[in-house]
Amino acid sequence: MNRGIVRAAIAVVAFVVLIVVVNLLTGGNFFTPGNLTNVLRQITYNAILAVGQTFVIITAGIDLSVGSLIELTGVVMAQFANASGLNGAVLVIATTLVGVAVGACAGLVNALPVVRLNLPPFITTLAMMLMARGLAFHLSNGRPVPLNSDAFDALGTQYALHDLLAPLGLPGIPWAVTVMVAVVVVFAIVLNRTRFGRYVLALGGNEEAARLAGVNVGLVKTFVYVISGGCAGLAGMLLMARFQSGSPNTGIGSELQSIAAVVVGGTSLMGGRGSVVATFFGALLIGVLNNVMNLIGIDSYTQDIVLGGVILLAVMAEAIRKRVFTG
Amino acid sequence: MIGIEKSFPGVRALDGVSLEIRAGEVLALVGENGAGKSTLMKILAGAYIADGGTIEVDGAPVTIDGPKAAERLGIGMIYQEFNLVPDLGVIENIVLGIEPVRGWFLDRGAAAARAAAVLGELNIALPLDRPARRLSVAQQQLTEIAKALVRHARVIVMDEPTAALTDRETDALFALIATLKAQGVAFVYISHRLEELPRIADRITVIRDGKAIETRPIAEMPQADMVRLMVGRPLDAHFPDLPAVPGDAPVRLEVRELAGVQNVNGVSFSVRAGEIVGLAGLVGAGRTEIVRAIAGADAIASGEIVVDGSVVRVRGSRSAIDAGIAFITEDRKAQGLVLGMNVRENTTLAHLDAYSRGPFIDRAAELTVTNAEIAELRIRTPSSEQIVRNLSGGNQQKVVLAKWMTGDARVFLFDEPTRGVDVGAKAEIYALMLQLLARGAAIVMVSSELPEVLGMAHRILVVRGGRIVAEFARAEATPDKVIAAAAGVAA
Repeated sequence: MNRGIVRAAIAVVAFVVLIVVVNLLTGGNFFTPGNLTNVLRQITYNAILAVGQTFVIITAGIDLSVGSLIELTGVVMAQFANASGLNGAVLVIATTLVGVAVGACAGLVNALPVVRLNLPPFITTLAMMLMARGLAFHLSNGRPVPLNSDAFDALGTQYALHDLLAPLGLPGIPWAVTVMVAVVVVFAIVLNRTRFGRYVLALGGNEEAARLAGVNVGLVKTFVYVISGGCAGLAGMLLMARFQSGSPNTGIGSELQSIAAVVVGGTSLMGGRGSVVATFFGALLIGVLNNVMNLIGIDSYTQDIVLGGVILLAVMAEAIRKRVFTG
Repeated sequence: MIGIEKSFPGVRALDGVSLEIRAGEVLALVGENGAGKSTLMKILAGAYIADGGTIEVDGAPVTIDGPKAAERLGIGMIYQEFNLVPDLGVIENIVLGIEPVRGWFLDRGAAAARAAAVLGELNIALPLDRPARRLSVAQQQLTEIAKALVRHARVIVMDEPTAALTDRETDALFALIATLKAQGVAFVYISHRLEELPRIADRITVIRDGKAIETRPIAEMPQADMVRLMVGRPLDAHFPDLPAVPGDAPVRLEVRELAGVQNVNGVSFSVRAGEIVGLAGLVGAGRTEIVRAIAGADAIASGEIVVDGSVVRVRGSRSAIDAGIAFITEDRKAQGLVLGMNVRENTTLAHLDAYSRGPFIDRAAELTVTNAEIAELRIRTPSSEQIVRNLSGGNQQKVVLAKWMTGDARVFLFDEPTRGVDVGAKAEIYALMLQLLARGAAIVMVSSELPEVLGMAHRILVVRGGRIVAEFARAEATPDKVIAAAAGVAA
């Protein structure tokens, strides 16, 4: 039988079993429109970070700075929004651009030593993680910066397609979720359909071969970190809109969550392979787990233990699968 | 060593070699690139396991199943690229793996004493605490020798020990070898520098095609005989007929006084449309560096590269590709292919803009060109979507070729184009080179296989020390002349 069919069959069976188990465990509370919407909203930040992280990890790099960049961009955006004197959609768009630009610049700073001096990205992004967090605290004096304008309410709390879905008893789709879906779709296309995406995969697979084939590996690598930083800016935007403030300590641990989503999605830390859509499902799986454990009433310490175990199992399962299918 | 055999996939590296090493002598081991010298010595040192044959030490058969076993038997191997840990000091390197301990802790005093004893006995002064990376080549070599002696080596194998030494350092090394010889230590001495062998060796064994061809006392082996025995085979007749270069063929590639960052020291030559120029030379002569510099893979220090009459500013691979230069690298796995990608993705990688609309890749155009190349080069693959890691060596090499056939390159640089491919794929690659010639391409071919250079090039340039030291037209080139020029001895 075809390997693809076998894998699809396994996935379907696993999914059905998962649904049954989850439903039993939560007494039916999981599969309600409200809860599912909630799960999607909760994973937006991590999914967007993880999309950027996917590009970095495909080049065999890592970006540890994204958690701090959520905070830095959030604080900068909140201060910009309060000081700008703009209103409505213009304010939201301008603020988003500022956040994405700050994140992208930080990504550029991450990339330059990696590209020019061949420093390990682990180190440069670790340095950026510390600097960005310190700067966020510095700018905000360590306190959340509340937004004066209510222009961000829509992104933070309101729903798209509300009128359309209301007759079905659904609240609509949170705006933040539509942003996440757009990011996933756009970057899935970038990775799979554009020259840039092909070059990212090629240099992750064999940097020297890519270089000798005329790929500007330095430029491609730089863009990868800029994308990751820009995604952090966007995630920072959504988080700020959700809490109506830019806060200097909301991103702690986010970088590791995003790496977990990428890895659970099956992208290899050795580089050369990876998928944006798979990363989205990795983030979704982690989000569902968190949600289910909350519904069951598992305390947060135990949740961490389970989550760590699940990540390990997912990676081990992938490694074993690879051995079975290629051996 | 008696009847040693060793095969690698597709290659019979050693075909029943027998070798006898006597206490207190220096046995020189010579042969062409790929003759099997290094493989034989790696078997002795336990780096490879022989497929057949026996090894006896002091008349008793032994099993050498790893470097530790060789070490216990008193066999020390000093590779051309040394095996020192760069950040450890001389003492730590000498006692590496056999560190004296007191309880759970390293006994630094005892280690220093042991190293000092060996070095003192030989009258060698070394900066004992300096990390290996900051030692000169000669000092690193002495450290390696001391490392072998601390392990009570009775046979020391040295691979090209003088390749990077100055004359004075070479003299000192030879004096040291003489001292150790007097103490009964035996040496196997591998060298391409035939002229130095009479000074140091007692006997000489010539290896060719995985066999020990002849062993004589060094005094009875003049250099001319060495060269003759090393080459000693008729040219393989399986090369296609090279069409003559038309008299009015334009010059495609001209290289003027090219100097690179390393091992390219003022190289000038030109190649005409429809011509193959072969670069011959020993390992490390600078052949690969020359083509890498032309292809923009390494930086150029000075000199000019001219393609079809216009000077090309080669800065990086992209500029060379845009100028019509294709570089088929020596090591397809490390440099030629992205092994985890499929045939299509590898084929189009160097010219992806030709198969794109705006930033987006045109999958249909990719498939068209890839399937055309699969048919033309007869790449044996289930489909264009097959991951190249799963293809055979010859077919992988064809995918590399496909990548460069798709563009409009007029200058092709082949570095070891047939290494590790089977005979059938070899013939196909040669046929492809002829096709390229018919299209008016100019070809530069680096090859360590002498028959290939002699059989597949219109002209042969011999490279030594990053320079072109001799040029032969195809008709006048003989194996002896090329080898002699490559080794720097009079034929």
